[in-house]
Amino acid sequence: MNHSDKQKLGREAGTILAGIVHANKQLSPKEKISLPSQEMPSQDPFVRRNNMSEVALGYTAEQARLEAMRCLQCKNAPCIKGCPVCIDIPAFLAAAAEGNFQKSIDIIKQNSLLPAVCGRVCPQEVQCQLPCTVGKSLKSVDKAVSIGRIERFIADLERESGKLETPSIKPETGKKVAIIGSGPASITVAADVRREGHKVTMFEAFHKPGGVMMYGIPEFRLPKNIVEKEISSLKAMGVEIKTSFVVGRTRKLKDLLEKDGFDAVFVGTGAGLPKFMEIEGENLVGVYSANEFLTRVNLMRAYDREKADTPVANSRKVAVLGGGNVAMDAARSAVRLGAQEVHLVYRRTEAEMPARIEEVRHAKEEGVIFHILENARRIIGDENGYVKAMECLRYELGAPDDSGRRRPMEIPGSEFVMDVDTVIVAIGNDSNPLIKQTTPEMVTTKWGNIIVDADGKTSIDRVYAGGDIVLGSATVILAMGQGRTAAASINKLLAS
Amino acid sequence: MNKIIEKTILSADVVQMKVHAPLLAEERKPGQFVIVQINSDFGERIPLTIADADVKSGTITLVFQTVGKTTHNLAEMKVGDSIENLLGPLGRPTHIEKFGTIVCVGGGIGVAPLHPIAEGMKKAGNRMIIIIGARNKELLIMENRMKELADELIICTDDGSYGRKCLVTEPLKEICGRSEKPDLAVAIGPPIMMRFCAQTTLPFNVPTVVSLNTIMIDGTGMCGGCRVTVGGKTKFVCVDGPEFDGHQVDFENMIKRLGAYKNHESRAHKKCHLELAAKGIK
Repeated sequence: MNHSDKQKLGREAGTILAGIVHANKQLSPKEKISLPSQEMPSQDPFVRRNNMSEVALGYTAEQARLEAMRCLQCKNAPCIKGCPVCIDIPAFLAAAAEGNFQKSIDIIKQNSLLPAVCGRVCPQEVQCQLPCTVGKSLKSVDKAVSIGRIERFIADLERESGKLETPSIKPETGKKVAIIGSGPASITVAADVRREGHKVTMFEAFHKPGGVMMYGIPEFRLPKNIVEKEISSLKAMGVEIKTSFVVGRTRKLKDLLEKDGFDAVFVGTGAGLPKFMEIEGENLVGVYSANEFLTRVNLMRAYDREKADTPVANSRKVAVLGGGNVAMDAARSAVRLGAQEVHLVYRRTEAEMPARIEEVRHAKEEGVIFHILENARRIIGDENGYVKAMECLRYELGAPDDSGRRRPMEIPGSEFVMDVDTVIVAIGNDSNPLIKQTTPEMVTTKWGNIIVDADGKTSIDRVYAGGDIVLGSATVILAMGQGRTAAASINKLLAS
Repeated sequence: MNKIIEKTILSADVVQMKVHAPLLAEERKPGQFVIVQINSDFGERIPLTIADADVKSGTITLVFQTVGKTTHNLAEMKVGDSIENLLGPLGRPTHIEKFGTIVCVGGGIGVAPLHPIAEGMKKAGNRMIIIIGARNKELLIMENRMKELADELIICTDDGSYGRKCLVTEPLKEICGRSEKPDLAVAIGPPIMMRFCAQTTLPFNVPTVVSLNTIMIDGTGMCGGCRVTVGGKTKFVCVDGPEFDGHQVDFENMIKRLGAYKNHESRAHKKCHLELAAKGIK
């Protein structure tokens, strides 16, 4: 296991960059491709196992410029088509390559409100970086221009400089928009709608806004002060945020329109109803949904055992069930809470894991033990109702199923017992039933996801929706993309 | 927001607070609860049932027992202080209709959440038999308010210091055995009491509603920490409950889950007592 020392990487990049600047000539495409792709400096795995600080440390300015120089400035810009919010990627990279970071961030901000977040948690390898010509020529998506890392660098630079500019707001229109939830989709809508001069009120059930970015994604992957900063820029724009307010209960959705004078509503309440395996022993003490575990650790800060009133189990051996980003987040959080062993149990193979490759790699570096082609069959409790073990079965892959992935088939008689005291179920979320329960006229799929048209409009007049409540479990950037669509429709509605 | 308007000590360890929360007062229905958090940074979120509400003054009434750190700190708050976070009303409201005769059983602090339900049921035209119980006379709460609603009121204490010396299940059994047996039983109190009430009514086939108070974080369905087994299926107390068919609830599992953090809780509780004592000395 090696880690990437920031000073060393910065020095190396600096030397190459100085050479290019000194030569003072345009690089040919061939020269660009031959520039070394810049590694992300990161904390030593043996150190970071014991702290909650961010794992990836971010590029140095030299690295960011050098990495940006690798961009070929393709005329057809395949990267833009890969971006759910269509950032002008070649343009912001060109500015970054020149060292004009202010211009660079201004270009990104035309399309994305959360660059510091997206630079960290977007799955770039399946979005903008997947079709990158540089990656294609080098026959590896890992060798594509690291668009996300450069985005992160310039966003961090701006934030740390303290010169965050509040976007200009058009004259007040007197129209009011209610936004339910405060995650990435909602933040996007709030900003886009507010910019047009409409009054925006955002309702959040938790005591802190930010949605999944606050309760779900851990500190070591997305520092909470970054999310708080993004929220404070919304406030600076004049967006009102009401926490501890759950629409459907504190106030019915219909009342917002009919009694409280809102002209439109956006529903961005997220996925948020954890799925369980429906196996024996799942309600034993020591079995958590990933949502519960991560909320305890992140939002309620249970990792600070001295200060936090909210407890989390003092686990010795943990099993995490699932293979997505949330499973990785849970496993890596469990490592940091001091578990001796953390096992990740997934019934397909690593190739089918929905988690980002980088997350899988980080988890392994930190000592998470991977069990592929295995799955829990029942959880075994002791006489006090606490988890003491988990019975598993081995699997093999059969023919492809509906998802196109090969179907895992259990191997009869392959039962074995794993010694664990904590089980974290990270197999996804169903949609939250609250809005549906309290707004019966809202049309949803049989899984409870709100159905919207191409404009993000729901079955109820003046009510729009986006993010995981529509998509099921997806990503921050897809939620933002949907928010953008809905915001455009709301702005159009209110202009007419 | 959430300013404490009135504070009354109901018994040795039970406090009643009227809190200014106009939206909650307007929207709340019998059977619903709130999540309370005293400080956003490191405070825990706990569910408390709404005992009463007054739309005119925009207040809700919370009744709670000081059992751990958060409830102790809450009890320390004074009139004029504000509760930082108060979320609700949560949970499905009680199904209220005219059933006929209803026997309501409230044990200890459970009398508080029982009150709005009994009130709603009375208004719907039901004949109300109310049993309230506590360990001793000092711990008995809301007797007069329950008297107003009851066609028949039975008081029990464990030590016989007031009313009958018995557990609430004793009169419950007698009532179920009457020639005109009740059409519905509602039991709210400590889990063990609700469990025995459900066991008592089962042989008489009296449908029995219990209201569960489990460990919660968000209270909106997001975490699943509050889940219980009801009729062999997993249910979330926060969005599917808090009221369930008492004959179907797996109380044994629920009680174990309630004790999941008892070591942590008793440590925090002890520490909190030490801190309170230190303040007292000052």
